[in-house]
Amino acid sequence: MVDRMQDAMEYAIGFWSVHKTFGKVTALESVDFVAPTGAVTVLLGPNGAGKTTTVRLTTGALIPDDGTIQVLGMSPLEHGDEVRRRVGVVPPKPAFYDQLTGWENLQFAATIFESNEANARSAAERFEIDQALNQEVGGYSTGMRTRLALARAVIHDPEILMLDEPTAGLDPESSRAVLDLIKEIAARGRTIVMCTHLLHEAEGVADQVVLMDNGSVRAAGSPRDLANRYMTNPIVIVDAEDRSLLSGVADLDGVLSTRFDSGLHVTIDSIDRIPDIVIELVKRGVRPTRVEPLNPTLEDLYFAMQRSHRESV
Amino acid sequence: MRWKMVKAVVRADLFRLVKTRDYWIPLIILGGMFFVILPVILLGAMSFVKETSAVAQIGDIIGTLPDSIQNNIRGDDGVSRASYAFAVYLLAPIAIIVPLTISSAVGANSIVGERERGTGEFLAHSPLTVREIYLGKLIASLIPGYVAGIVGFGLYSIVVNVIVGSQVGGWFFPTAGWLLLVLWVVPPFIAIALSLILRLSARVRSAASAHQASSLVTLPIILMSYAVASGLLYSPVISASIAGLIAWLIALALLASGAKSIRRERLLGVSSDL
Repeated sequence: MVDRMQDAMEYAIGFWSVHKTFGKVTALESVDFVAPTGAVTVLLGPNGAGKTTTVRLTTGALIPDDGTIQVLGMSPLEHGDEVRRRVGVVPPKPAFYDQLTGWENLQFAATIFESNEANARSAAERFEIDQALNQEVGGYSTGMRTRLALARAVIHDPEILMLDEPTAGLDPESSRAVLDLIKEIAARGRTIVMCTHLLHEAEGVADQVVLMDNGSVRAAGSPRDLANRYMTNPIVIVDAEDRSLLSGVADLDGVLSTRFDSGLHVTIDSIDRIPDIVIELVKRGVRPTRVEPLNPTLEDLYFAMQRSHRESV
Repeated sequence: MRWKMVKAVVRADLFRLVKTRDYWIPLIILGGMFFVILPVILLGAMSFVKETSAVAQIGDIIGTLPDSIQNNIRGDDGVSRASYAFAVYLLAPIAIIVPLTISSAVGANSIVGERERGTGEFLAHSPLTVREIYLGKLIASLIPGYVAGIVGFGLYSIVVNVIVGSQVGGWFFPTAGWLLLVLWVVPPFIAIALSLILRLSARVRSAASAHQASSLVTLPIILMSYAVASGLLYSPVISASIAGLIAWLIALALLASGAKSIRRERLLGVSSDL
């Protein structure tokens, strides 16, 4: 444990055997993970997986029943105020003082995070909410509230930014804009922890994925590491002018399984099998229109990890 | 304790209150009713309409008071003496009822309101200490009540001087007893009520429950302060000063321990004791 905690100096956040219950409900059970400094870590899992509790424990807003948490080399239990000063949080449903204007809300945040009005103005400009700052927040759309929440969370230039379901309730265009903003912050070298149950959101953003379910961490690592670990057999997508002729693919040598999903997804034992499969299909009179090795998406990975977990149980 | 942070919490809460008409209009009506309308009607009835039964009743009450107090009551005839006694002694409790009611209404909503709006999550993740949040909420609840009390007291002074002053030889209000009451005795009573109400506000599940529970706290305190306020106006200044000091000591003791009622998990609404 001590060695791992020393290693964690390279990590912005570390959880070791963290346990948290609310009454009789277990929210987190022996959770272990680390969020590397300067990387985007995505906490991925269904509702009730324990993602929000993890965020709240990170800032010291909640106290764990057991286990050790280190944030920027400090315990949030002992140095909560210092941790909170260096972390920004965007909660799942950003709430504001609705009777106050956007600017008054930002001024309040700037004061309590010991920032200043210039930073508040600059954060508002960065998230393109500066034109609406004189309006009362009660009249903001969900997208505007999220932008204001992002501006408020970075007002003190935090070393760690935690985003809990940042695109919840947003239309696709606003979601895309928010994700682009997150990528921009990540590119500036900040540590980001993003909670989501939307796999496509994590795609292309995550340097590290922590898969959570029922208060436990099922798997953690970079998408590539996880793909190597959980998706050992490559998949190739095959399509043809006459799809009915593809029914015999399952019988070919090296084919482990097949399923239709916008083309035939063929799981094979080795990537080297692809030329043989193509030759065999052509021999059988199939005219292929598509033969494409599949780069696994996080969705593929998520389900592969879940499947693996179920099998191990 | 960082006063800048406390001030930020107070400022945000007061801004919000000022902008919420639904909240402060009823409170202005309450203050106007007790400090202006009621005294105008009652004192007007006695002074101008010369409502004899009321004058007689108050005259009877005056007759039961100790000689030292009777000697302080100004006026040459029954009507003017009754009006003076009514203005100075019998309406005294309004000085405490109105500010207490207003501060209680604001205080009851303060912590649970943060939780219901979701802004409690922001405060829980902020570097504000629970003591700073508590003190900010306390001051933000105390100010509206106390300001209402002071403004109302000013208006009441004008009303009674205008209506009764001409009968008793000029402006006579505020008396030393009233000044002591408003400036020294009322604030600790509001603080005592708020220290209890903020504890409730941190513990209950909803604003509606907070308002119900706060009325249970406010009512006995109003009755107690009514008795104290009435008694003090009949007492020597030194007694009122000592009573105020005792109230301040109780208030400070309650306030010092009250910050413990605010916990971050309560701001988040996930505390197992909610």
